[in-house]
Amino acid sequence: MSRIIPISAVPPATATVSLYVSEEKIQARSVRGWFAGWRWATVWLTQLLFYGLPWLQWNGRPALLFDLGARRFYVFSMVLHPQDVIYLAGLLILSAYSLFLFTAVAGRLWCGFACPQTVYTEIFMWVERRFEGDRQARIKLDAAPWSLRKIARRGGKQAVWLAMGLWTGFTFVAYFTPARTLGAEVLGFALGPWETFWILFYGLATYGNAGYLREQVCKYMCPYARFQSAMFDRDTLIVSYDPLRGEPRGSRKRGVDPASIGKGECIDCTLCVQVCPTGIDIRKGLQYECIGCAACIDVCNGVMDKMSYPRGLIRFATQNAMAQRWSRRTTWKRVARPRVLVYGTVLAALGSAFVYSLATRAPIRADVVRDRGTLARMVEGGRIENVYRLQLMNATEAVEHVRVEVEGLPGASVAAWSDVDLAATESRWVPVVVQIGPEQASSLRPGAHPIEFRIRLVAPADATREIRADLHEKSTFIVPR
Amino acid sequence: MSDFFSSGWSLFIALATLVSLVACLALLIFASRRTKMADDNSTGHVFDGDLVEMNNPMPMWWVVLFVLTVIFAFVYVYAFPGLGSVAGSLGWTSRGELEADQARAAREMAQVYAAYSGVPAEMLSQDAKAMAIGQRLFINNCATCHGSDARGSKGFPNLTDNDWLHGGTPEKIEETITLGRTGVMPPMAAAVGTSTDVHNVAQYVLSLSKSPYDSIAAYSGKAKFAACAACHGVDGKGNQALGAPNLSDNVWLHGWGEAAIAEIVNNGKTSVMPAQRGRLSGEQIHVLASYVWSLSHPRQTAAR
Repeated sequence: MSRIIPISAVPPATATVSLYVSEEKIQARSVRGWFAGWRWATVWLTQLLFYGLPWLQWNGRPALLFDLGARRFYVFSMVLHPQDVIYLAGLLILSAYSLFLFTAVAGRLWCGFACPQTVYTEIFMWVERRFEGDRQARIKLDAAPWSLRKIARRGGKQAVWLAMGLWTGFTFVAYFTPARTLGAEVLGFALGPWETFWILFYGLATYGNAGYLREQVCKYMCPYARFQSAMFDRDTLIVSYDPLRGEPRGSRKRGVDPASIGKGECIDCTLCVQVCPTGIDIRKGLQYECIGCAACIDVCNGVMDKMSYPRGLIRFATQNAMAQRWSRRTTWKRVARPRVLVYGTVLAALGSAFVYSLATRAPIRADVVRDRGTLARMVEGGRIENVYRLQLMNATEAVEHVRVEVEGLPGASVAAWSDVDLAATESRWVPVVVQIGPEQASSLRPGAHPIEFRIRLVAPADATREIRADLHEKSTFIVPR
Repeated sequence: MSDFFSSGWSLFIALATLVSLVACLALLIFASRRTKMADDNSTGHVFDGDLVEMNNPMPMWWVVLFVLTVIFAFVYVYAFPGLGSVAGSLGWTSRGELEADQARAAREMAQVYAAYSGVPAEMLSQDAKAMAIGQRLFINNCATCHGSDARGSKGFPNLTDNDWLHGGTPEKIEETITLGRTGVMPPMAAAVGTSTDVHNVAQYVLSLSKSPYDSIAAYSGKAKFAACAACHGVDGKGNQALGAPNLSDNVWLHGWGEAAIAEIVNNGKTSVMPAQRGRLSGEQIHVLASYVWSLSHPRQTAAR
């Protein structure tokens, strides 16, 4: 049965409107409270890591360095080759699953507390408050004519913003060029073109995003903001206003019992709107603009305290809990639903596999490729010879001695270049010659026979060092007709 | 050089590009204003009973960005070749960029190779870094024919033994790589005589390297070998000036046995080593030649 969309008469036109309007600047009021405290904690944590890590030295080099030119990626004791990109994929999958899990449990936690857009906006708004004051003062300053005072305040803010943006750009590039080298280059005006570009680009992007675009990034650019609704359900904890408790809203004197004046507990002070970084009214219910920062919860709890009303008129609650007046205990029981458990299990399994794989990673990698020039040849004494190319990659920062042997084919042995010295972090193609004796050759039928390369790290001079890698790579050995 | 076989296509592309750009701007202006149809800020469109289409305006900077991209496009097609076969004011071409990149790469490489030019192969072969470069050059440029291990295969000489067709001194190897070689063995059936004569000569050639042979046939073939001796020498030891192989050792480039020898005598063989002059620089060839030389002089490179 097809559904028919009824055709309704078009009401008469009333006005011509633009489909684009200049967004009104949102002057969010500063807020203190439990959630704001947590946000500042993540700001400190993430930014100490971000700004600090490039300066951390490890074994005489930066602890974190992504050397794009040499295609080596140093992460503390590890040296990653481009062939290790699987770990990057693993990291991204882990991040995605974490996002799914946190979103299913408590909505846009990432957005409200850890997203760089939120974190840098928080820092930039703090700078803004130091120079221009809080919401009311800023609105006044916006409206005021230009004066020395206004120029000083605006100029100071801009100077600090730009400096912070550029320092952020510098820090970003310092993950690719060692921070100390980069610092010397900046001081000596010796930056390369790409370094200059990225410091300026990343710096100005930080300045623009955190200083001006702010909530518009979340509203108009960020795809996550739009697809998160697919990850919500009625048991997801979201920032919610309790209309049953709050309505009908209205102002009243401090300490008045709401029941006595026939009103709800919302005193309609609009503080929840003033503190909102995206400028919405949470009392209208769940909206796509809400980044879950809980600023409205903090400010409303303060108001409730002043009014001597119980806290939690705005709180983290699920839609089910709100509708069915569940206790906190029941709500949390429902939060641990199959969806969350499955996300959690998958995340834990992937996380353990990731850590296990990294911890047991071999200090060398090897790929075996048959030589393209020669399939097989007969040499002195009727021996059959095959040539291979091995790509050997040293994932350590020391010179390593590699020994190549073959197994799985009776009488086969490496006739040339079985021992290779690899320089620190070196990746190199080496030819390897494998022979079988005439007796074995005559007993094998012509064609390809499976053979296995055994590639080990050995210490020729220092016998106390154990063998730290023992790789097996499959290939074929060809006996000619 | 134009990629178009008719200038009409170039004109068509140029027009289509410009018209599209102008159309983008026109569409923006046309679509950015519309008539509101209801007082509730909706367009009056209702779907599925309750789905109302609201007028939810985009921020102004969004449309400004759009306009900027169109302006950027105009600047781009002015500066770069974007309008059919119009060259663009900067004169940029992909070929020019490639040439610039290659020139830059050559400059950077010249610094690496500068340390090695003029260093004799005997010393260069002791330099692990130079030999690593040589090995990479060999694997990228030579291994296709000579094999990754340089031991060759049928028709492609083994470079690790001490049997050289054109000489094994570092200078000769460098010359071979630079200019290439053409080894011509003419068909000699007519000069040698009948098929019996060819059989006899083949047996004689086998006798030169102490391979199993028919001594009566070889004895008869010795006289006929005079036709071969012009190049291979009376004793069959070859002539490196001509690239004539030594027939008295046990290296059989084109196969061992009477059949293989008779085949060559009857039909001849032309082998080509291509010149690398245009692909590799002189400094690269010097390092590569030193690497190739080191392969047949393992005693000197045992330290590596």
